[in-house]
Amino acid sequence: MKTAVSPLDLRRASSLADALRLLDEEARTPIAGATDLYVALNFGMLAPRRFVDIWGVDELRGISVRDDTLVLGGLTTYTAIIHSPIVAERLPMLVAAAQQVGGPQIQNRGTIAGNVANGSPAADSVPVFAATDAIVVLRSHDHERRIPITHFYTGYRASVMRANELIVAIEVPRVDGRQWFRKVGTRAAQAISKIVVAGVRGAAPRFALGSVAPTVVRAYAAERALAGGASIGDAARALRREIAPIDDVRSSAEYRGQVAERLLRRFWIETA
Amino acid sequence: MRFTLNGTVTDVDAHPMARLLDVLREQCGLTGTKEGCGEGECGACTVLVGGEPVCSCLVPVAQVEGADVQTIEGLGGDHPLQHAFMNEVGAQCGICTPGMIMAALVLPPDATLDEVKVALAGNLCRCTGYAAIYRAVMRARQA
Repeated sequence: MKTAVSPLDLRRASSLADALRLLDEEARTPIAGATDLYVALNFGMLAPRRFVDIWGVDELRGISVRDDTLVLGGLTTYTAIIHSPIVAERLPMLVAAAQQVGGPQIQNRGTIAGNVANGSPAADSVPVFAATDAIVVLRSHDHERRIPITHFYTGYRASVMRANELIVAIEVPRVDGRQWFRKVGTRAAQAISKIVVAGVRGAAPRFALGSVAPTVVRAYAAERALAGGASIGDAARALRREIAPIDDVRSSAEYRGQVAERLLRRFWIETA
Repeated sequence: MRFTLNGTVTDVDAHPMARLLDVLREQCGLTGTKEGCGEGECGACTVLVGGEPVCSCLVPVAQVEGADVQTIEGLGGDHPLQHAFMNEVGAQCGICTPGMIMAALVLPPDATLDEVKVALAGNLCRCTGYAAIYRAVMRARQA
């Protein structure tokens, strides 16, 4: 590990109330499954700081349905999603996304709150949540607020989340219509997305993309075009105008733009 | 802090944010667990925590307090998977082998080849091309 461990300060939370109290006392970075955070520490890319370990806060685990809404506790792991009959029935595209996150070792530790909070534009679960108008439930020691995930991010790895808040749950309203998920990477497992998309073919189509902009993109213009009976070509051109892919180590802007259009076409054909 | 290591209650004096990998290798002297990529992609450092494969390079040791940790050393030297990896030449340079075996350990006895591939999707091998590894794991199932 490139980061020296001795100056790091870790407090372990015994309960959600304990975690929220610690976060309110001073700035601390929450650690759950540590699958992103320890990569940064291993490569010396994280300045020394204080941490709070929330992995043991079992109150934040669990998958349930309340008022026809799927409620995923913040510490729900990808493995828990893959094995959940409730998620398989209500949000099968999240199972598909979870199966393509890393390998079993990462799926056993990585959590959905971590995936959302980490804020990577390549996060695999986030387009699923964006296409389903999911709500991020944030709690501090004295307050709870619910932010639609489409309003959660404010820029590259930046969000409305405050330093004293935790993501305690993600709520996914009932999804009507066919669900569709595709991740394009260099191999089936262990690849970070070149581009990742999730769609719902309901009364009004919904389509969201990762790795094509500083944050997840909900493709409202392409959706409106498709809902209004425009040709798939016109919808694809609308999509191209609302994404802003870049060249980086994983792919090129041109490739991402072309593949985004192709994925929209395939979504439309395969869910017809 | 205390955890169960290969069935034995073990006390270590480590920084809570030290990596489980480093505590195992440097404090417990169990160097069968390897460091490969340090970013959770290669699986060379795979151990079982509470019976589940994890990358020990990404686990703060504080998170295994009170937990059951199993490493390759816990298998002794006579486990069917170990024999199968030798007999089928599932190991060449050997750095991925402990992680491969730990990941394969959680497969059910009736696992299909596809299930073996999924279980080992988080473990990279740069020597074998995987065929010998899959064959070894399938053979060990039959042993």
